[in-house]
Amino acid sequence: MGSKLRGIHTPHRKDTKNSPVIRMDIPSTVTIPMSMHIGKPATPTVKVGDLVKVGTKIGEANGYVSSPIYSSVSGKVAKIGEYLMLSGGTVPSVIIESDGEMAVDESVTPPSVNNKDEFIDAVKNSGIVGLGGAGFPTYVKLNVDPEKIDYLIINGAECEPYVTSDTVTMLTREDDMALALETMQRCLGIKNVIIGIENNNKKAAVNMQKMAENIKDLSVKVQVLPSVYPQGGEKVLVYHTTGRKIGADKLPIDVGCIVINCTTVAAIGAYLRTGMPLVEKCVTVEGGCVAKPQNVIAPIGASLKEVFDCCGGLTEQPAKLVYGGPMMGITVQNTGYSVIKNTNAVLALTTKEAKLPKTTACIRCGTCVNTCPFGLAPVSIAEAYDKKDANLLSDLAVLSCMECGCCSFVCPANRPLVQINKLSKQFVKDEAKKEANK
Amino acid sequence: MDSLTKLMVSPHIHGGRSTSGIMRDVLISLAPATVAGAVIFGLRALLVVAVCVVACVGFEALFNIIVKKEQTIGDLSAAVTGLLLALNLPANIPLWQCVIGSLFAIVVVKCLFGGIGQNLVNPAITARVFMLVAFSSIALPAFPVDSVAGATPLAAEKMPSLLDLFIGNYGGAIGETCTAALLLGGIYLIVRRVISWHIPVSFIGMVFLFSLLSSGFDAVQALSLLMSGGVFIGAIFMATDYTTSPPTPLGKVIFGLGAGLITCLIRYYGVYPEGVSFAILFMNILTPYISGWTRHKVFVAGGK
Repeated sequence: MGSKLRGIHTPHRKDTKNSPVIRMDIPSTVTIPMSMHIGKPATPTVKVGDLVKVGTKIGEANGYVSSPIYSSVSGKVAKIGEYLMLSGGTVPSVIIESDGEMAVDESVTPPSVNNKDEFIDAVKNSGIVGLGGAGFPTYVKLNVDPEKIDYLIINGAECEPYVTSDTVTMLTREDDMALALETMQRCLGIKNVIIGIENNNKKAAVNMQKMAENIKDLSVKVQVLPSVYPQGGEKVLVYHTTGRKIGADKLPIDVGCIVINCTTVAAIGAYLRTGMPLVEKCVTVEGGCVAKPQNVIAPIGASLKEVFDCCGGLTEQPAKLVYGGPMMGITVQNTGYSVIKNTNAVLALTTKEAKLPKTTACIRCGTCVNTCPFGLAPVSIAEAYDKKDANLLSDLAVLSCMECGCCSFVCPANRPLVQINKLSKQFVKDEAKKEANK
Repeated sequence: MDSLTKLMVSPHIHGGRSTSGIMRDVLISLAPATVAGAVIFGLRALLVVAVCVVACVGFEALFNIIVKKEQTIGDLSAAVTGLLLALNLPANIPLWQCVIGSLFAIVVVKCLFGGIGQNLVNPAITARVFMLVAFSSIALPAFPVDSVAGATPLAAEKMPSLLDLFIGNYGGAIGETCTAALLLGGIYLIVRRVISWHIPVSFIGMVFLFSLLSSGFDAVQALSLLMSGGVFIGAIFMATDYTTSPPTPLGKVIFGLGAGLITCLIRYYGVYPEGVSFAILFMNILTPYISGWTRHKVFVAGGK
């Protein structure tokens, strides 16, 4: 194993990073699902007919790993519906008819934050979750023994093609980021901050460097990393910035690191400054079907249709609608879905863009083996899955797979390797459960 | 938009490499050796090439039709097998033997095992070995001899000059003699990332080292031994066959060193003057084991 992990060079297609960010018109209705995070869904705290304002709590966190949810518009609760999540399950959703006023709730005031407990409470109340895509409640991640934290690593390695919303954050929201970092230094005793940015993103790196120099008493290092996908993968980023390796079932904190996406950091800063919880999200709207691709600040709960409409609409019937980037994004069937907290991009891909080559027989070329950042052997995993050999699959460390998509991307036979890995992981877990129940 | 768009597991884009693209690159990389063969051994060499390629592609097409499988000749792998087989045969070989060899390579070695990616051994190499054994009574006298030059250097009394060995002006199979053309093709494959350097370099390096030792550190003698016979075509084009060689760099180096060593052992101690085909065949059979021993270290192991 060399000092750098393997990976792939994807096309960048980051044309939206230099175009101005626009704020979307106030939508007539928003549909806000009660699960926009990892963990238990929130419980709706409003009923049909209730009047809400921007920042009014409409969903209460349910348990430790959960997150509260706030209204993104002012208006009237029209319906408590059911929302089909990207993962396939359903959760309650609160549908609010906007009155177009965008009146702000009286409770929205900057929090007073002077120690760790107050800071953790503030982050919890802000409703902020991992905005890079994972959606893990940020306060849970930060609520650790400060002694254990050697490095706070800010993920600015936006390695997915098309997506530029994090880049926009680093170019325009440095003040909010600085406020969040200063507060974390004050309340959590963070000493070392590393901001990881890919080398195809020089402007963001320069801006972050400027910010770093203005923060006193805190070592903030901007580390420019090769633009190799999946540089922004959590374990990849920790390894390339600190040289520390995170085990398969371990978290960054187990090696003294906390990794937070740069937009999440900016969101914490914005909450500390204004007291306005997370009710809007900057989303990269891209793909060949979008008339005017750009970054859009959308209220959470706005439908994809309205988001596309504010970018000039769709010029043709998309072949694929993707939440997130093209390497790991999740497809949806129609534009009725909502922008949620961790939506960083929505893509409407043309038939040409979404065209994948025909799947043919594996020629055992080994490209997948020599591409996997984690050194897995997808070709062997696929064979073991064919044989339904759970022990062999475990030996091949399939549970380590982060589903980054490199193997499928390079496969000359276009084998569905990521899909097989996903199925294998589930199979290994199911078999382990069966074994445990014996 | 009323109709529903497609749901699919990520990734939603693809790097663009394809099996047929890779095989096309292999065909291109073999063009210099083919042209050199035609120049050195005459137009009959091209006839042998044509017969082998057409027979290989034809047999694969026929096999797919008979067993009602999807047609696979479009991936060009059968054409590669045909071309490689032809380049490993002498220009004066009877054409009917080419057809039998192609049948063996495609149907017996490849298709009966499940087609591309499933064969245990390299089809072209195995067919060549089969022909060497099966037609020895009728074909062996003609095998190392060609219509232009004398016996292959490995069986001959006097070695051709290094320059002749480099440009291929000596007896042997159609595509194996012109070292310059083979190197050109090898560089093309490495630049195009179709193959990595590991197998060719370790294979050729091992043969060179062994020849150097056995010749008492006579570099000219060692280079002569290296460039005569099928080392270059074997190391660059046959041993690097994906399906029958290990995937990781370490595995490839072990494969190459092993093939080089066995080649030399056969050359010096075996009954056949040339051992490249047998060596590759031998290492093909070991490949599943080498692959198992030389997996990449998993970056974040565990999870059990």
